[in-house]
Amino acid sequence: MPKPIEIRTSPHLKRAISVDRIMRNVVFALLPICAFSVFQFGLSALLLLLTTTGVAIATEWFFARTSGRGNTVSDWSVVITGILLALTLPPGFPLWMAAVAAFIGVALGKALFGGLGYNVMNPALVGRAFVQAAFPVAITTWTPAFAPGRFTEVIPSTFTLPFMQPIPVKDWIAGLQLDAWTGATPLALQKFQHIELPVTDVFTGMIAGSAGETSAALILICGLWLASKRMLDWRIPAAVMAGAALTTLPFWLMDASLYPSPWFVLFSGGLMLGAWFMASDMVASPVTTSGVIVYGLFIGSLTVVIRLFGGLVEGIMYAILLANALGPLIMSWTQPRVYGAVGKGRGE
Amino acid sequence: MSLFSLFQRPRTFEHGIYPVEHKELTADKPIRRLPFAPELAIPLAQHKGAPAVPLVKVGQEVVRGEPIARAEGFVSVPMHAPATGVIRAIALTPTADGPKTQAIFLKVYEAASQEVLYDLERDLDAMTPEEIVAAVQDAGLVGLGGGAFPSHVKMKPPAGKLIETVIVNGCECEPYLTCDHRIMLEQSDALIRGIKLALKATGAKRAIIGVEDNKLDAVAHLRAVIPKGLPITAEAVETKYPQGAEKMLIKSLLRKEVPVGGLPADIGVAVYNVGTLAQMGDLLPKGRGLIERVVTVSGPALANPGNFMVPIGTPLRFLLAQVGLAADRVGEVILGGPMMGMAVASLDVPVTKAVSGVVALEREDPDLERRKVYPCIKCAECLKACPVSLNPSMLGELAIARQYARMAEEFNLNQCFECGCCAYVCPSNIPLTQYFRIAKSINRDQRK
Ligand code: SF4
Ligand code: SF4
Repeated sequence: MPKPIEIRTSPHLKRAISVDRIMRNVVFALLPICAFSVFQFGLSALLLLLTTTGVAIATEWFFARTSGRGNTVSDWSVVITGILLALTLPPGFPLWMAAVAAFIGVALGKALFGGLGYNVMNPALVGRAFVQAAFPVAITTWTPAFAPGRFTEVIPSTFTLPFMQPIPVKDWIAGLQLDAWTGATPLALQKFQHIELPVTDVFTGMIAGSAGETSAALILICGLWLASKRMLDWRIPAAVMAGAALTTLPFWLMDASLYPSPWFVLFSGGLMLGAWFMASDMVASPVTTSGVIVYGLFIGSLTVVIRLFGGLVEGIMYAILLANALGPLIMSWTQPRVYGAVGKGRGE
Repeated sequence: MSLFSLFQRPRTFEHGIYPVEHKELTADKPIRRLPFAPELAIPLAQHKGAPAVPLVKVGQEVVRGEPIARAEGFVSVPMHAPATGVIRAIALTPTADGPKTQAIFLKVYEAASQEVLYDLERDLDAMTPEEIVAAVQDAGLVGLGGGAFPSHVKMKPPAGKLIETVIVNGCECEPYLTCDHRIMLEQSDALIRGIKLALKATGAKRAIIGVEDNKLDAVAHLRAVIPKGLPITAEAVETKYPQGAEKMLIKSLLRKEVPVGGLPADIGVAVYNVGTLAQMGDLLPKGRGLIERVVTVSGPALANPGNFMVPIGTPLRFLLAQVGLAADRVGEVILGGPMMGMAVASLDVPVTKAVSGVVALEREDPDLERRKVYPCIKCAECLKACPVSLNPSMLGELAIARQYARMAEEFNLNQCFECGCCAYVCPSNIPLTQYFRIAKSINRDQRK
């Protein structure tokens, strides 16, 4: 025997899917959404994506280095955080604020807990929630989609100097001379003026909104692709969507002029992106089979409650963060029934 | 097969995995005999229960088939000489479990005949159930599927329990292994004789042969040869690992679960491997003992994989040399299948009664990306794989935190039978099964 034989413990076979491969595939699934965002909002969206992703990677690298966890950037999970964060921000969001969001998201939302796998909440949403509270004006300043010249010039607010108030975009928008521009997203229109945009527009994404949340159709396709590769648990987005639709239905039936229709709720705002790519975040969602259903329904229905009755226009972010925090509780209720357990419960 | 049965969903259990089978390497290789190794090492403890006690002295001559060690008590079995030769020593041998155990070393005479010279004709029909149980113990029969539990013990259910159904396990769910497949095709007469004996000894009313549906030829063959009027049926079950685990097969065939902490006998079931019953049907009529078994020798590091009738005690080194081991490529050599089998530390380890397969895998690059261990990402794949519905993700975290007692008390650690599904699917490459093995043994030590 030239070399000694190897000894490992069983199982001696291993499925070839590993963490970095899953994460890489999530990134691939997000790329078309990024591309559409850049196509729709131009240079500003591109810079936003590069900023959040770059800062997220740098933050991860720094904390992993200082805490001796080695190179954790290579697991790709931080790239997802960076991209998702950008997709939830308004396209003209000042870059320095986006950088703050990315730093806070990765530092507070992930590194503080001990890195990948230990975070309780979705890091991108932690960053998003922080800037929502810190910069309430900038985060609700929307700019029109398909602005002429969007590939050659940036939205003025993008290059706001650090620690300065964002450059107002009113004049710039006025200069674009878009007749239909009201300065409101479909969600806000519906909520405050009870004007429901045609569902085909919100479905395909020919509207204003966050950089990457506008095209429900595209998000759906990308999410389904990922689910078909078994790298995303389809039950979570399905439950979120079911929860949202079922919660809206009675109100809409009561007064369709006041309340949005279930399909409008599903296809508008951040619901699709949230359901498919943020609620489904493996680390922050429950692991039990019935737990994910409870978790998804909770997110969907809370989102609608916030949208309809809360002070905010969009509720998916807080709904997911709250559900993330409730995760351990949901799991303790939904431990699987063990083979051979007599009666209900955990067996023995 | 009727048209209807084509559209039926195959019978199955919950969860489990679909590893690549690699059975094509040996599935169509008929069982062949191999020459005797120059020396055989027959461990005295190759079954569950008390080790056997030697009946022979160093220097004594024995003939093939002669008893060389006796059972020690009821949960124990005797050993028989696998070849004609002389006892060279009673000394320590390495086994798959690592620590050396007592074994009888038998120097085989050159040109020793394969013929068994030690016979004791019996009339099966005249035997009472008690006599069958005794005869099964005398034959040294143990679960040949890998469990190595003395077969006669399972024929005597605890007082007050009735065996209604005998389940014959022909699933063979481990990748690479095909010996049970070949046994069903080639030794069906002995198998049916064995099933009849098991029915009589246990008093069961019926027997079901469960076979994974990747071996439909075996199902068809068995259905064709089972004599009319016998309460024996052959059923296909889904090809899914670990279908061959007792509890899973019971669920698949009977839709019943063995209660936590209980035995199959609690729900009126006794499970036997097809290899065990085929040997039973072969040995009992002639009053012989178990001296050889069918072993699948397979894997990518072998030139001529196949199914072989291997004398008990044959050293792996000799066996692997017969099939063309690629010494420069071999990585692990595994006894049993690659999901639950043990890698041996030395090729001097002998084939014992429990060894259904010898799988030689190729050397692996230790820096392989897929071996890198990440933290648990809560992907839930392990929960979806665990056939007993545990929460391996949670158990793994508790193991890392060394909360072994809590693992057992709150998360049913003791229900884990180390099937390996969770570790197989884990994208973070966490050695979950190994963690659970360690946790269980620490808990056991602490209870003492
Ligand atoms: S090794 Fe144990 S925990 Fe893992 S899948 Fe098998 S039974 Fe479940
Ligand atoms: S399969 Fe591995 S990574 Fe996934 S939940 Fe289980 S232990 Fe965690």
